[in-house]
Amino acid sequence: MSDDLIAGEAPTPAEAAPAPTTGPATGSGSAEGEVVVCMGPGGVGKTTTAAALALRGALAGRRACVVTIDPARRLADALGISGVGNEPRRVAPPAGEDPWPGELWAVMLDAQSTFDDLVGRYATSEDQARAILENPVYRNMSGALSGTQEYMAVEKLYELQESGDYDLIVVDTPPAQHALDFLEAPKHLARLLDNRVFRLLMVPTRVGLKALEIGAHVMLRTIAKVAGGQVVSDTVQFFTQFEGMEEGFRARAKRADELLHSPTTSFALVCSPRRDTVEEALYLGGQLAQAGVNPTLVVVNRCHPRYVQVAPASAERLAGTPLAPLVANLEQLRMVAVKEEEQLARVSAALPEARLCRVPFLAREVSDLGALAEVAASLGA
Amino acid sequence: MDPLSFFSQARAFIVTGKGGVGKTTLSGVMANLAARQGLRALIVQLGIPGARREAEPAYLSHLFGWPENLSYQQVRLRPGGTGGGEVSARALRPDTALVEYLHLHGMKRLSHRLVSSGALDIVATAVPGMPDMLVLGKLKQMERAAAAGQADAPDVILLDAPAAGHAVRFLQSPHGLLDAAGGGPVRAQAEEVVEMLADPARCQVVLVTTPEETPVSETIETAALLEDRVGIKLCAVVVNGRFPVLSLPPPMSAAELCDRAAAAGVKLSPPEAESLVAAAELRLQRQESQAVQVARLAAELPLPQLELPFCFSAELGPEQLDDLTDALARALTNWVPVSA
Repeated sequence: MSDDLIAGEAPTPAEAAPAPTTGPATGSGSAEGEVVVCMGPGGVGKTTTAAALALRGALAGRRACVVTIDPARRLADALGISGVGNEPRRVAPPAGEDPWPGELWAVMLDAQSTFDDLVGRYATSEDQARAILENPVYRNMSGALSGTQEYMAVEKLYELQESGDYDLIVVDTPPAQHALDFLEAPKHLARLLDNRVFRLLMVPTRVGLKALEIGAHVMLRTIAKVAGGQVVSDTVQFFTQFEGMEEGFRARAKRADELLHSPTTSFALVCSPRRDTVEEALYLGGQLAQAGVNPTLVVVNRCHPRYVQVAPASAERLAGTPLAPLVANLEQLRMVAVKEEEQLARVSAALPEARLCRVPFLAREVSDLGALAEVAASLGA
Repeated sequence: MDPLSFFSQARAFIVTGKGGVGKTTLSGVMANLAARQGLRALIVQLGIPGARREAEPAYLSHLFGWPENLSYQQVRLRPGGTGGGEVSARALRPDTALVEYLHLHGMKRLSHRLVSSGALDIVATAVPGMPDMLVLGKLKQMERAAAAGQADAPDVILLDAPAAGHAVRFLQSPHGLLDAAGGGPVRAQAEEVVEMLADPARCQVVLVTTPEETPVSETIETAALLEDRVGIKLCAVVVNGRFPVLSLPPPMSAAELCDRAAAAGVKLSPPEAESLVAAAELRLQRQESQAVQVARLAAELPLPQLELPFCFSAELGPEQLDDLTDALARALTNWVPVSA
């Protein structure tokens, strides 16, 4: 269901947004606990970019950790996190290579276990934790509620940051058209708990609330009519079980929210040099700016080289010779590159403050640390 | 197979693939081809759950040269040609689908209050597949209208579905609801959607991928999941963005190229020669790796393959849409359906 429906009210802009941060998203400086959040549409190489930014950190002597959401299998294999959810794994340099000056860690987010851990942390008793974990509404919510993955990514980020084990944490985010889904993720559950209807369900009967309660019950009856009575009773039970835990959740969500808006946290937009992904990325950028967190880095993946055009007279004279296909090919690829430049120019114009990185089109898939190092190298200032 | 026979296989085609491989483009191209056969094609796009209105999909509009973003309101992107075919499009969102559903089921008075109070969240939270199911329910309703030959109903529906991994969950939602929802109209709705998904005469899936490693791997995985978990018929896999094969001379150095050009009476500057050599190298690498992926896809996914060429020209617009439609028509002509 849409985020604004879950909110039950219009989403509020980030409170007390700090001044927009500028400067490189990852420098080789030694700022403690830097966080970089990578955002962008699906299929543009966001995970690869996040991993490459972390590798860059490790190469610069930092203890870097990348939080991935859904890495392609071969990248996960390369990072050694295939099938290993939720716990950071140390990534070793390829055999035969010198050790990195810093450390590279990788973790694959498991939203479900992260949520379960959170419940375990704030439950007042083991019984309460167990009851919640077994409730069908909780299972559904933690597994499938839109925004849960975003919320858990932020939660994981917060947890890693709190550990103090890393100088740099790079977070991949679920493909999004809506930056606010991620930015407001920490408030997500808090808002759900604040929902008027839920509150009414949990408020002990008081005379003054009678009218409202009846209103709530009419709605409950309607919901029962649409979705079945079991749904309503499971839901009421879930919110009853949750009692006493909201404060802990809310406080943690607030701290995670503060981390996202901290001056040591920066945002990187990732796209490819195509109109559709550039537009989506710029839209995300606009939303970030509205929330007071201007992106400091834009990574444009898979850019073609800037070729030189063959002089028309020469091209004409080569027509019909065995070299003609070379000219035809160059013209085709050059046309692609020219169009890409137009998109890159749009990005620069729209985000003049951000550092723009062109990552060249690599002939091979980024599926090993060597290829990742190539990407990392092109992310330099 | 001729295009008309292709489209007569089912009333609704669900187009899915990894993010960024061309789902929307293919939906547009298929609809355009259907319209050329005199069919009324409707493209259904999904407002992403969580979407705010201004973020509704714009890409399809670009493709057809339509000036606005799509909305819940159906628009005609391409008017009928000689045969009466046309392309229309609309966006579907779970919340609007729900309000419509409640209206239809005599709960008009409550629907707005349900939405505005946030009580709907309870339903969404308690029954997670609900938003997806509402959209599929709406699709089913349109498919029924098409089947009944209603005057304003389309002949072919193209659903521009969520990205691969998500698509499985999306199409599984009614199955999940059958387990979760105790009873009531939602359960009945879920049963009807499951029925539609299982009937190849009513709906089939078209997978789309680019000829690259990760998209091909994900397509193979998604295909298996869709067959096993959803039980939906897969109709074809479209390989989008394949480079037309150019027969380039064998690789040579820039100096060598300069010599050969000189022999033909052409003086190439070193940067010109370097660009020619580098571009040729990139092209050969790409052609080779694409051929490997296309072969792997064919070996691991026994589905008819249809190819759409890479467009060098520009950003995709109405002209490229027509070129790609020609290409799809050619690919279909060469396609001999394989028996299962």
